[in-house]
Amino acid sequence: MDGSNTVRGIVSAAGYVPFRRLQRADIAKMFGSGGGKGTRSVASYDEDTTTLGVEAARIALRSAGATTPSAVWFATADPAYLDKTNATAIHAALRLDRECPALDLGGALRSGIGALRIALDGVGTTLVVSSDIRTGLPTSGDESGGGDGAAAILVGDDASGTTTAPVIAQYLGAGAATDEFVDRWRTPGERRSKIWEERFGETKYVPLGVQAWQAALKAAELSSGDIDRVAITGLHGRAVNALAKTLGLADGVKVDDLAGSVGITGTAHAALLLTAMLEAATPGQVLAVVMLADGADVLLFRATDALAGYQSARPVATQVRSAQDLPYGKFLSWRGMVTVEPPRRPEPARVSSSAAGRSEGWKFGFVGSRDRTSGALHLPPSRVSMDGGALDDMEPAPMADVAGTIVTFTIDKLAYSPSPPIVFAVVDFDGGGRFPVEMTDVDAADVKIGDRVEMTFRRLFTADGIHDYFWKARPVRTAASDLEVS
Amino acid sequence: MGSHGIKDRVAIVGMGCTSFGERFDTSLDDLLIDASNQAFTAAGVDKDIVDAYWFGTAQSGMSGITLARPLQLDNKPVTRVENFCATGSEALRQAAYAVASGAYDVAMAVGGEKVKDSGYAGLNAFPVPSDGTNRTLTAAAMFSMVAPAYAKKYGVDDDEMKNVLARIAWKNHYNGARNPRAQFRREMSMEKICASPRVAGPLGILDCAGVADGAAAAVVVRAEDAHRYTDRPIYVKALSFVAGNGSGLIDPDYDYTHFPEVEVSVKDAYAQAGITDPRHELAMAEVHDCFTPTELVLMEDLGFADRGTAWKEILAGTFDLRGELPVNPDGGLKSFGHPVGASGLRMMFEAWLQLRGDAPEDRRIANDLPLALTHNLGGYPGEMVSFVSILGRELS
Repeated sequence: MDGSNTVRGIVSAAGYVPFRRLQRADIAKMFGSGGGKGTRSVASYDEDTTTLGVEAARIALRSAGATTPSAVWFATADPAYLDKTNATAIHAALRLDRECPALDLGGALRSGIGALRIALDGVGTTLVVSSDIRTGLPTSGDESGGGDGAAAILVGDDASGTTTAPVIAQYLGAGAATDEFVDRWRTPGERRSKIWEERFGETKYVPLGVQAWQAALKAAELSSGDIDRVAITGLHGRAVNALAKTLGLADGVKVDDLAGSVGITGTAHAALLLTAMLEAATPGQVLAVVMLADGADVLLFRATDALAGYQSARPVATQVRSAQDLPYGKFLSWRGMVTVEPPRRPEPARVSSSAAGRSEGWKFGFVGSRDRTSGALHLPPSRVSMDGGALDDMEPAPMADVAGTIVTFTIDKLAYSPSPPIVFAVVDFDGGGRFPVEMTDVDAADVKIGDRVEMTFRRLFTADGIHDYFWKARPVRTAASDLEVS
Repeated sequence: MGSHGIKDRVAIVGMGCTSFGERFDTSLDDLLIDASNQAFTAAGVDKDIVDAYWFGTAQSGMSGITLARPLQLDNKPVTRVENFCATGSEALRQAAYAVASGAYDVAMAVGGEKVKDSGYAGLNAFPVPSDGTNRTLTAAAMFSMVAPAYAKKYGVDDDEMKNVLARIAWKNHYNGARNPRAQFRREMSMEKICASPRVAGPLGILDCAGVADGAAAAVVVRAEDAHRYTDRPIYVKALSFVAGNGSGLIDPDYDYTHFPEVEVSVKDAYAQAGITDPRHELAMAEVHDCFTPTELVLMEDLGFADRGTAWKEILAGTFDLRGELPVNPDGGLKSFGHPVGASGLRMMFEAWLQLRGDAPEDRRIANDLPLALTHNLGGYPGEMVSFVSILGRELS
């Protein structure tokens, strides 16, 4: 610490766990092998690492009050685009200022916790988003042990006298150990990773973990006994367990790594576990997160008094509970492991880049326009009012965080969808306004008139390699307190 | 300012219509030539007598050349028009206005569509480059939302509603079975209609119009010249057209139980024609029954039944072939089929046959009233275009 009254650390933290779960036992039922106990999370057919990241980031920003980031960093081992930055879509969905840089730190699993460390060691208010969709061949350990999810950590300074949200977890220091060895690898474009013989990785990772752990303790001037909670993760499960034993942690110090319910979400998992740990922590507790990936990284935090007044807009634990099983066949088709008969309709044409660029606020931000005189809401935004005909007398109407109610709906079994049928609802928003919109995270049989829905950022389809991002509605399944009700 | 119409100023003196259906062995050119030649023959003209052409196709071709080339027209003004599923009506409307203006003596409207060459079932919109935020629903799904909304508003229970919708399909199949040009020439039992597989919401496959290839054509001249071409001309009493502004999609007050664009267009048409009691003044109506709930709601929007009562009238047979006001005596879109660019003209073709007494005996309407209505829409509930024509046997 430099002795000033500025404290750097976490301002808010959020996880996003998709709605669907795969029962691991279903794998062995089909193939006679593979699987295991518990469940893993499954990104919907209309989610990719970018949309998962957007959802986590939206929760993080809703939890952070008026604090907005001055930079967005996005880390994933499964980027939706190469060459083109993916963080820009997150930046657009969050409606951040054009001056705010949006950067990808991609490719490797380690980039998630790495981005977090750079942000903590740096300056400014940085939103660090990490996200992953973990795939593997049917019956593989990666298929059953992996999970899909994202986390978003808002890193910043707590300067007394400012109006921004306070730091809820002070950054105490970090430790790292780095080594070059090929334990797990995937060449670009592959749908699976390959793994070296397990014992080799274990012999490499455990000493690296110990080394990073000791370096972090030294940096923070702490001893092992000062640590109240530790989250340890990595895709080498055997090494993770062995390291936990080697560190000799007291009972109750190591937290649930969500392997049984969510699965290990790769690039996102360190931040996801950190978030869950923070949501259960009390002021004063010292928290450690450890990730084993091509070495080891350890980050140390102390929960501040401000944590007592912090409430996540949507805690990880709530999302872990709010879930629905997905048949294994659907899982395989959603991940492209099997190809099912598509609807006999023409596939959509690719999105026009220039048209999409013109409508960034609408397409990515779900911003309509509201007639200043009549109050009529126009979705998409309109220059001329449908009510009174006023020209160019509209104000922007951001609707992404406004909930609504289903007025009527239909099930379309003919229309093109990557996962038919399409459930389509006419939604009236709280406070006025209507939009007919596709629904997601719902089974057709479960939709009713009067159901409450909220907006979610999704990928509608991909054509000519261009992803079509837009918003859908999904049922409100958790407490409505985090939604804007106007 | 005002909509004045062209009542009794223009007459249809010849019409043609191909058979509709899965015409896999017939090209668009063939369909256009066949429909046009029927109309030329009926009017006793040849292609050179016609001064100007309006050609309607939604997406089977571009520009007037799509008609001028197969007909080998000799440097004639040929205009291609498109207005969703009301494209055929739009072609007639433009041709009639051109004659009424005095610009031309003889004009022709031709509509055609080669839907079945797409290789897909149903209609598929031509993709305009976009930002990717547009709905991608089928028309069936959009119109399917009408049925539950209507049932809820007027207290019709699910079984009764299914019965009402099936009754509409049953009637249109009954009529189509008596139409040698129709795509589906078979009667369909209520049980079979009710049991058809669902495609969207409560709608089964037999709630949907047939999708067909086909073409139709009409020759129009000034009313005072009509008897030079035929003893039995049909006069244009009203042509009305409305393009909605799409606000129904985002207006929380819209309840999916009526089509405001239709209400506005029919009001204008009745005013042009001087009709005050459509149910008793019209001999028949051809309406846009793209899906069974559409026809249900149209009976009220067009003023054939009071709000909330059309379902009872349908069950009572009011709109049957021998009912009080026959609706879709040719089988409608449901069994005649729906070649988008031709359908509006096909509706007028039925009015042409019935008003002139040329319809086959087994589907000839029973009354002798002189007026017929055609209604042709395109788009979806909340965002549609609507066309209404009134045609008559006599000058008033």
